[in-house]
Amino acid sequence: MPPFPFSAIVGQDEMKQAMILTAIDASIGGVLVFGDRGTGKSTAVRALAALLPKIKAIKDCPVNSAKAKEVPDWANLATKKSVTVATPVVDLPLGATEDRVTGALDIEKALTKGDKAFQPGLLAKAKRGNLYIDEVNLLEDHIVDLLLDVAQSGENVVEREGLSIRHPARFVLVGSGNPEEGELRPQLLDRFGLSVEVASPKDIETRVEVIKRRDGFENDNAAFMLRWQAEDAAIRDRILTARKALIKLKTSDKTLNDVAELCLALGSDGLRGELTLLKAARAYAAWRDDSALTRAHLRAVAPMALRHRLRRDPLDEAGSGTRVARTVEEVLG
Amino acid sequence: MERASREPWKKFLASETWTHAVRALQLLAIDPGLGGITIRARSGPVRDKLFAQFSQLPQPIRKLHPAISDEALFGGLDLTATLQTGQLVSNPGLLEQAGTFVLTMAERATTNLAARLACALDGNHDNFLVALDEGAEPDEGLDPRLAERLAFSIDLAGVSLSQESTHAMIDLAEARDRVVLCNSAAVHQLTDIACQLGIDSIRAPMFAVRAAKANAALFGRSNVEAEDLEIACALTLAHRATRIPEQSSPEPESPPPNKESSEEKDEQTLALPDELLLDAVRALLPDNLLDKLNARKARQGRGNGTGAARKGNRRGRPQPSREGRLSDGARIDIVGTLRAATPWQTIRRNASGRTGLQIRPSDLRIKRFEEKSDRLLIFAVDASGSSAISRLAEAKGAVELLLTQAYARRDHVSLVAFRGTEAELLLPPTRSLVQTKKRLASLPGGGGTPLASGMMAAFEQAVHATSRGLTPTIAILTDGRANIALDGKADRKKAAKDALQVATILRSHGMDAIVIDTGNRPEPALRNLAQTLDAAYLPLPRADAQRLSDSVTTILGD
Repeated sequence: MPPFPFSAIVGQDEMKQAMILTAIDASIGGVLVFGDRGTGKSTAVRALAALLPKIKAIKDCPVNSAKAKEVPDWANLATKKSVTVATPVVDLPLGATEDRVTGALDIEKALTKGDKAFQPGLLAKAKRGNLYIDEVNLLEDHIVDLLLDVAQSGENVVEREGLSIRHPARFVLVGSGNPEEGELRPQLLDRFGLSVEVASPKDIETRVEVIKRRDGFENDNAAFMLRWQAEDAAIRDRILTARKALIKLKTSDKTLNDVAELCLALGSDGLRGELTLLKAARAYAAWRDDSALTRAHLRAVAPMALRHRLRRDPLDEAGSGTRVARTVEEVLG
Repeated sequence: MERASREPWKKFLASETWTHAVRALQLLAIDPGLGGITIRARSGPVRDKLFAQFSQLPQPIRKLHPAISDEALFGGLDLTATLQTGQLVSNPGLLEQAGTFVLTMAERATTNLAARLACALDGNHDNFLVALDEGAEPDEGLDPRLAERLAFSIDLAGVSLSQESTHAMIDLAEARDRVVLCNSAAVHQLTDIACQLGIDSIRAPMFAVRAAKANAALFGRSNVEAEDLEIACALTLAHRATRIPEQSSPEPESPPPNKESSEEKDEQTLALPDELLLDAVRALLPDNLLDKLNARKARQGRGNGTGAARKGNRRGRPQPSREGRLSDGARIDIVGTLRAATPWQTIRRNASGRTGLQIRPSDLRIKRFEEKSDRLLIFAVDASGSSAISRLAEAKGAVELLLTQAYARRDHVSLVAFRGTEAELLLPPTRSLVQTKKRLASLPGGGGTPLASGMMAAFEQAVHATSRGLTPTIAILTDGRANIALDGKADRKKAAKDALQVATILRSHGMDAIVIDTGNRPEPALRNLAQTLDAAYLPLPRADAQRLSDSVTTILGD
């Protein structure tokens, strides 16, 4: 069964917007979705996978290289033909071993043929695509450390069992979790570009609509997909247009000033906040098809770009989203 | 009055539990997309009988156990066969095969396993899962992540063998192919009821719609009707309820939601009035709903899956590899294995006549790692009257500071309070500080000082935590004026004696502990207790929680 169409997801606008922004500019650095069970987190992530534009890659390349010369030697490809493939969306399951994440010696080959071959892991598979971690806050610490390291350096280095392999690993981290079940370390939080909080819709009408669509999706799948195909395609086209528009988009010094002031006022750690806010605002402007970056764009994306970067009192119960909104009001007026 | 009118139904429905269980299985057989069912019952004839029911289902039963390895679940290399034949032989994973999955001892399933199964259920609409939950305590149970994805939950407690009759599983093939429509009014109604019951997740009404449709298919209808809604509510919504819906109007005298009454209804009026549906659910709500809810909340807070046993060989500081069997995700030391196999190559080649590398299972070398397990800080807080008067607030402040440090070190924390006649577990081990703080803030003071009970409760937590691979430390915050003995009687002398006795038990188990004196003056008896415990003794410095937390950190080491 194909995944649920992205455009058919009822409500959850902030989450959808955040996902679209990272699809426009992958360098924003991923989305973290926090919310209770049954709010459609996984559905949205899987829907996004089907929505993303296809990419060109070398056939059978383990790291989805765009060009023939980028294919690593250890891949041992006979032919290097370029084909169009779907953007990879790779699930990182809870309890995945280090071997599966980074890749390891191919035990089957080693034991049966005595070959020393590298078996690429999930990080290789996710290159140029999304790495989706459900229940990211329950992920074991050593895997988190490893992900942090790779996400920061953009390179996966495997030094074990007599292997010495490194391959580029740039991917968009998409994480989801339930905040009631444990917190995420601030180091990892900071690594996500955007963060959104979702809740199940509160009014009956919206909830009924959600259930009806789900029912339609399961009852008459073909008809349902057909019904939403055009809308999904429209979003996909808009993403592609926005990607192009992004290059030409102008950023005035005044806006840069606003960005810096906003982050200073919030006291967000490091400069990653400023960079992400700027990138997200630019992507948002491109999505809106505006030619210049304005305060309105900053205002729209500031909560999702900054709420998880505040130096936070671990015992503070109030959401940081409100703090961001208040400061935005004060600084941008 | 509400009770009185509810009673007769309750009796009626208690004997219906069995019928419901069987119906749920039938619905699952018709629509596996319902995810599955949790059956909460101890092993026994009733459960066996139910088990026999779903043995009649067309699909084979595949048993999963809580310690199942990834290889068994998802498939992997069949090592022995591969080594013997020199050819790659792989095992198919259980999840890849069609079948009804039965998770035995579901309450023991780790977060990791639950997450995997949940993920498998999300993408799979052909197989369903039966979770056999044998939890004895209210807070023991199937992982909420997984429970959320199973439409039904049946508690077989109270069902006796004489009550139920065997139902032959009728041929469901026809029902499975039937297309059933659910009109919008019905969807609306189910959603509304879910809301009134305080069910936040949108999965619940989705399951309700599916269940109603499957039930209609079971009875050969092509439209969802009132009785389908009724059974759907009873089966999918009742056990998820988080609050008892308000009763807007006095309940009608005799509307038992059985088939006779709904058959009398005009076939055209499709939906039952909301009230009636709600009543159907209300009748199914367990008497101890609130207790259960509390337990459920506590279970959610348990959180981090890292509490699992830490004997594994997957990570930590490397140690020399050892001979061993490759089982349960153990990591193989390839170089060591090859080194062990090398001297024998010529002999083996001659013996077997095969060329190429020849490895026998006896050559396998397994990696070993040593690692430190996570630390758990158990706070046993004295909330008695004497303490409340003196310095409960300060003690709370000190605990909060310690919590912040626990957060920084990624320690787990757990909270036990003792006051009145007994101790109470406020929060099972968690890393969620917000929850800990909430519970702490709402902790009232007053009553006697059952010090021994408090220590005992903390000790039970510690033992439990040790079995889960955590390293517990108990921090006791008290003014030391124990006046309630272990049996709940007010007897100062016996209370002190009991406290010392419990301390001896703790020490004999090698539990780490800290005693923090929150009294106005240092209490000599408490120092004595700390000595028995072999614990550090700290009089709470006046109004200086920071200093206290510093000293505790020093004692704990890092």
